[in-house]
Amino acid sequence: MSAQSSIRDMFFEESEELLEALAEGLAQMNAGNHDDETVNAVFRAVHSIKGGAGAFKLTALVAFAHRFETVLDEMRGHRIAIDSSNLQVLQRSADHLADLVEDARTESDASSVQTEGFLVALDACLGASPGAVVSEPDEPFSFAALSLDLSDIAMPAEAAGQHFRIEFRPHAGLYANGHDPALLIATLADLGDVEVELDLSRLPDLPDYDPAKPSLSWRIRLKSEVEETVVQDVFEFVEGLCDLDIKREVVEAVSEPAPQPPMPADEVVVAVERTDLARPAPVTPKEEGDGAGLTESRGPKPTLRVDLDRVDRLINAVGELIINQSMIAQRVQELRLATDADVVTHVEDYRLLARDIQEAVMAIRAQPVKPLFQRMSRIVREAADSTGKSARLVTHGEGTEVDKTVVERLADPLTHMIRNAVDHGLESLEGRIAAGKDPCGTIHLSAAHRSGAVIITIRDDGAGLNRRKILEIAKKKNLVSQDAELNDAETDALLFLPGFSTASTISNLSGRGVGLDVVRNAVAALGGPVSIASNPGQGTEFTISLPLTLAVLDGMVVSVAGQVMVIPITAILETIRPGVNDLHIVGTNEQLLSIRGKFIPVVDVAKGLGFTRPANHPEPKTLLLVETEKQGQCALIVDRVFDQRQVVIKGLDTNYGAVPGVSAATVLGDGQIALILDPDAIANNRVLPLAEARTAAKLNEERKLAVA
Amino acid sequence: MQSLDTNASEVEFVTFFTGGQSFSIDIRQVREIRRWSAVTPLPHAPAEVLGVMNLRGSVIPIFDLAVRFGLTKTPDHVRNVVVIAAHESQTVGLLVESVSEILSVARDRIQETPDLRSDNSRQSIIGVIPVDDGMTRIIDLGAVIQTDRRTLQ
Repeated sequence: MSAQSSIRDMFFEESEELLEALAEGLAQMNAGNHDDETVNAVFRAVHSIKGGAGAFKLTALVAFAHRFETVLDEMRGHRIAIDSSNLQVLQRSADHLADLVEDARTESDASSVQTEGFLVALDACLGASPGAVVSEPDEPFSFAALSLDLSDIAMPAEAAGQHFRIEFRPHAGLYANGHDPALLIATLADLGDVEVELDLSRLPDLPDYDPAKPSLSWRIRLKSEVEETVVQDVFEFVEGLCDLDIKREVVEAVSEPAPQPPMPADEVVVAVERTDLARPAPVTPKEEGDGAGLTESRGPKPTLRVDLDRVDRLINAVGELIINQSMIAQRVQELRLATDADVVTHVEDYRLLARDIQEAVMAIRAQPVKPLFQRMSRIVREAADSTGKSARLVTHGEGTEVDKTVVERLADPLTHMIRNAVDHGLESLEGRIAAGKDPCGTIHLSAAHRSGAVIITIRDDGAGLNRRKILEIAKKKNLVSQDAELNDAETDALLFLPGFSTASTISNLSGRGVGLDVVRNAVAALGGPVSIASNPGQGTEFTISLPLTLAVLDGMVVSVAGQVMVIPITAILETIRPGVNDLHIVGTNEQLLSIRGKFIPVVDVAKGLGFTRPANHPEPKTLLLVETEKQGQCALIVDRVFDQRQVVIKGLDTNYGAVPGVSAATVLGDGQIALILDPDAIANNRVLPLAEARTAAKLNEERKLAVA
Repeated sequence: MQSLDTNASEVEFVTFFTGGQSFSIDIRQVREIRRWSAVTPLPHAPAEVLGVMNLRGSVIPIFDLAVRFGLTKTPDHVRNVVVIAAHESQTVGLLVESVSEILSVARDRIQETPDLRSDNSRQSIIGVIPVDDGMTRIIDLGAVIQTDRRTLQ
């Protein structure tokens, strides 16, 4: 039972990958790439899902996948055209297939009611092709290309089977036309188990050897339940370019036990590649390319599934290593040895090694944003459908890698922003036509690495922000005072206020007033700001900047009331040493800093944290200009700035709990703990008495919970 | 309230001395005993939380047990020790003046805490054990380290 359920889990994991491959393939077809390999990849993905689903008797899924597959098969055989309307059906069907897989996982049948509609649409595609045959969905099929490795499960003894004996001897023309025997054999391997034997008997001795004259032939034994015509179809395009002999043999019952377990798919690949290697020098360079394409098309690079806990343990241990390394380095430095002393060079090597290990370990958690971006194209389709608009998603930088946690936690805010872009960003169809734009709106989604951060931008080519309306709504909802005069940036920032919604009619997509403030909080929890840029008539762009990892942070090491603390570098705009005339006292206790003609509130970090300086402590002189979410710019007083360094983030919550004004802690080179400050909280709490500061901290906690 | 239930008839405690009184804690909760080292103070922390300390890369809070029980603050002394103890998933350190012994007592020698007037003590002490020259108080670690939450509310 448990073995069964773990195989089931494996099926769903595999399905997820297959659905990704499917989405990717369809995206490529959408982009105009209609070559056989792409269509085949899409077909294989659906076929494999069907095979796996059949093994678990997921009939609804099998039936739908079968019809889907039939359409793809027709496309593969060039019997129906790959046009935009058909592609649209395929894409919607892929979405529905994903829903059905999800239903099967959760054992519900929420989506099955829609199946009929999709089946009709798929049939319509088939109907467009004369002579296309819709085979019965409940016809038995083989699990040939099952991507699950089920070889370790006891298989019921096979009652009977049929074999094809195929003799295949390519002529020179086959190679000249760019065909590749390996690809043909791989296609056969998709139909069933193959045993390939390479016949070298015609290979001449070296002196007589002519590389342009093929001398190899293959004997292939295919064990499959398919019709003979299906096998013949494999060789459809090489007809006349080779000697081909296909014989069908039916075995009544397998009397002798199979000497070997059924060959798993992986081994087939190996066998195929071996014949590939045994082939004489490539006849045309084109063929070489095809060979490489084969391994690619057979699946992604080999990967290893590892429990996330294990990786995190490793990351923790490496964090310790880094701390230990800097402790040793500090001790060695204190010895004041000559810089060419052995121990100094060894310590330097140690430092480099430790950094290498850290980077390598962090790379384990790094994942490309591609799957996340692929999911977004579905969001765009759905949002466009339900708003009656037409929109497409264009993605850039899908290969950009980000920490796994960042990718996961980005899904919700990104979904929201994409929906917003379609719902609020793009104009209605008529509006676009009136403005002389392409009726189909475009949403650009891009990711890029920039100076240790990941920048994600969501850009639409809609009407841009209607600032007058934003201000009007904000005033109506009392979010700003009635006579407020705001500049463009300040107006745009109103969108992020809790309870703000610009949609005049509340749609079920976005516009429930829980929009952008939640997005901003979620992104802020990941350590990054969100910014908006908008051009009337040209569109709106949201930019999210995120740290590459949540485990380390670039910080400025400062001292506050004798304590060493760290302030995240992302928050700091600049450090200032104010002159006598730059600081102005307001009221009894408040200070303002005048900088470039502006007055900015000054916050003493020590006071904000409730620390007191010793009586004889020199007056602090250094200010850090920080950008805060709620207060705009603010200057923090610290005693001294030491340096900038990367620190490993250690949570305080595990053993203690949240501390107002402090986001986490880190361990310094001397083994002491330094607190990592949260400039926002310090700036916000500056005037609050202690009790209120605690309420604010509690609110902060709740906010975190809400985001999590 | 933490229970002392176990099948064995004997229960082992680590006893220590602070603020002129003897306290003890179930040995199964004790992870290690360390020399005192400087801590990093936390902002807005209650008086008994001295700060946080680095224990092989983990950040653990250090409580002054004497302050927690309303006694005078433990004076700085090189011989002060920190008892590292675990409660559920939390690891904390308790600053005490000295660790006395490991006490193995029969279950029936443990007495219920008499009705004390101080809520603070009654909630945090789950029993007393008579020893040669007086008694030792069994602390409820969970209740002791909950203080920060309680003062916050």
